Amino acid sequence: MAEKELMYGNHALVEGVIHAGCRFFAGYPITPQNESPEYMSIRMNEVGGVFLQTESEIAAINMLFGAAAAGARAMTSSSSPGISLMQEGLSYIAGADVPVLVVNIARGGPGLGNIAPAQSDYFQAVKSGGHGDYHTIVLAPNSVQEMFEFPRLAFELAEKYRNPALILADGLLGQMMEPVEIKGEPIDPKTLPEQDWWLTGCKGREKRVIRSYDLRPGKLEEWNWRRWEKYQKILKNEQRYEDIKIDDADILIVAYGTSARVAEAGLRIARQKGLKVGLLRPITLWPFPSDILSELSKRIEDILVVEMSLGQMIEDVKLVVEGRSKIHFIGHPGGGLPNAQEIYNKILEIRSKK
Amino acid sequence: MKLLFGRPAGLTDINQRYCPGCGHGIVHRLIGELLVEMNIREKTIGVAPVGCSVFADEYFNCDMIQVPHGRAPAVATGIKRTRPDCMVFTYQGDGDLAAIGTAEMIHVAARNENITIIFINNAIYGMTGGQLAPTTLPGMRSTTSVKGRDVVTQGYPIKVCELLNALDGPYYLERVAVDIPRNIIKTKKAIKTAFQYQLDNKGFSLIEILSMCPTGWGVTPVQAKKWIAEVMANYYPLGELRNRAKEAK
Repeated sequence: MAEKELMYGNHALVEGVIHAGCRFFAGYPITPQNESPEYMSIRMNEVGGVFLQTESEIAAINMLFGAAAAGARAMTSSSSPGISLMQEGLSYIAGADVPVLVVNIARGGPGLGNIAPAQSDYFQAVKSGGHGDYHTIVLAPNSVQEMFEFPRLAFELAEKYRNPALILADGLLGQMMEPVEIKGEPIDPKTLPEQDWWLTGCKGREKRVIRSYDLRPGKLEEWNWRRWEKYQKILKNEQRYEDIKIDDADILIVAYGTSARVAEAGLRIARQKGLKVGLLRPITLWPFPSDILSELSKRIEDILVVEMSLGQMIEDVKLVVEGRSKIHFIGHPGGGLPNAQEIYNKILEIRSKK
Repeated sequence: MKLLFGRPAGLTDINQRYCPGCGHGIVHRLIGELLVEMNIREKTIGVAPVGCSVFADEYFNCDMIQVPHGRAPAVATGIKRTRPDCMVFTYQGDGDLAAIGTAEMIHVAARNENITIIFINNAIYGMTGGQLAPTTLPGMRSTTSVKGRDVVTQGYPIKVCELLNALDGPYYLERVAVDIPRNIIKTKKAIKTAFQYQLDNKGFSLIEILSMCPTGWGVTPVQAKKWIAEVMANYYPLGELRNRAKEAK
């Protein structure tokens, strides 16, 4: 077995980003993710990368736009209010088909909210938080190990589809410590192949333009439909999830990230008591793992959605399930956390009504 | 037949959409000429803003990116830090640079980022139809100050070069104009100096160019040129405000 190292989630994220060959970070301080840029400033210096502490999140996302357009693997991390400020830039980046990585260590909202872990930025992440028709690929880690692994996956997906990617975590995942296994060889960014859209100076070739506008009649509609085709490919090919004990389950929990960790604990209590409970954990929030959930809803009567919000992912669950199953909900907005006993009690309640 | 005067290779063949008498075409041409004369066309990446010059990404014959309103200095920073060997310039109007993009402008200058900003000051929002700009003169009429800019309710104009000159960061700041041939020649020289400083890794330059907007001002092109000399240049004095190269000597 490979050696494991005990790491904070925010530090594991940084190591994962460096491991993925990213050498460009721009960001603005905000709690609860400050450990990431602080550690990043040291690590980027060590590996000869760029670290920029910006005047705002608005500047940060636009620096990513420029860096990625010039061919860099570029990323920023922030937390909910800062991610809101980035939405204009993300819309342009999505509209220009440029791959970048944005990490949201989400906190309680709306407004300044608090600095406790939350999942109330789901809508913003998966439904296009800025203006216009677009989607970002959204990955939701639920462990420090995944905080390390997902930057690489995010960059690979972002570049494969020329589309911005998000990692949606929360303050709990950022600030807890767990053992991490460093998997795979680190990527040397110099080995990444030059793309035919990078801005490099037009030596020996025609000029290239990166833009998100097209004022010619009908052309923007055509362009958007081409992007829709890309989205259909992502929806078809990139649904990722983890399932736990779903084979014989007659109650299914659907939860992601921190909520899924708590839900798993609730599931273990229920299983000890002989209740057939399963867990579906979406890893990609967009594309949402609709195919598996659709299948499961054909035979499982009760689905319990657990979220640290007033209920956001539950809307996607309902869209997929199309009324085939009864949908139950545990929600904790404003930085509140669910607990295992609460989930077990809810399962008992569902069970008693069967 | 010998061609005596044509479009420089630094500009594309696309017909520019600017109004008659507009200063953008002159400045575009100067940059287009310099891209060739300085042999930098193939290593230049330009950043087009939001505003009348949004289509600059079509007009300059070099790699270009069109970016959100006001954010060109941030995008240029990302490009330059990724490709330090490339020449990176932004082309921005007054609303873009001195209103919505004020924070990005100040901080790129404070960082002495090794890029060049070409700042077109025509004292008005052209693209959106002639509204009050951060550079609209006191008493000057616009579609959102129909009786003239009232400094009591609408405040005072921003003098960008003077503002940035308060910072330690910038390497070179100069204000020029494109109203008459003598000033156009000075403008080209200033842009060339800024580009050369960037090539020499000296750091941040901003060239503020007083430029005509006859449509936005509601005057003829000839009147617009006169207005720059007689009114605008009095409020925004022409000249070099900062040149670290000269200070060093």
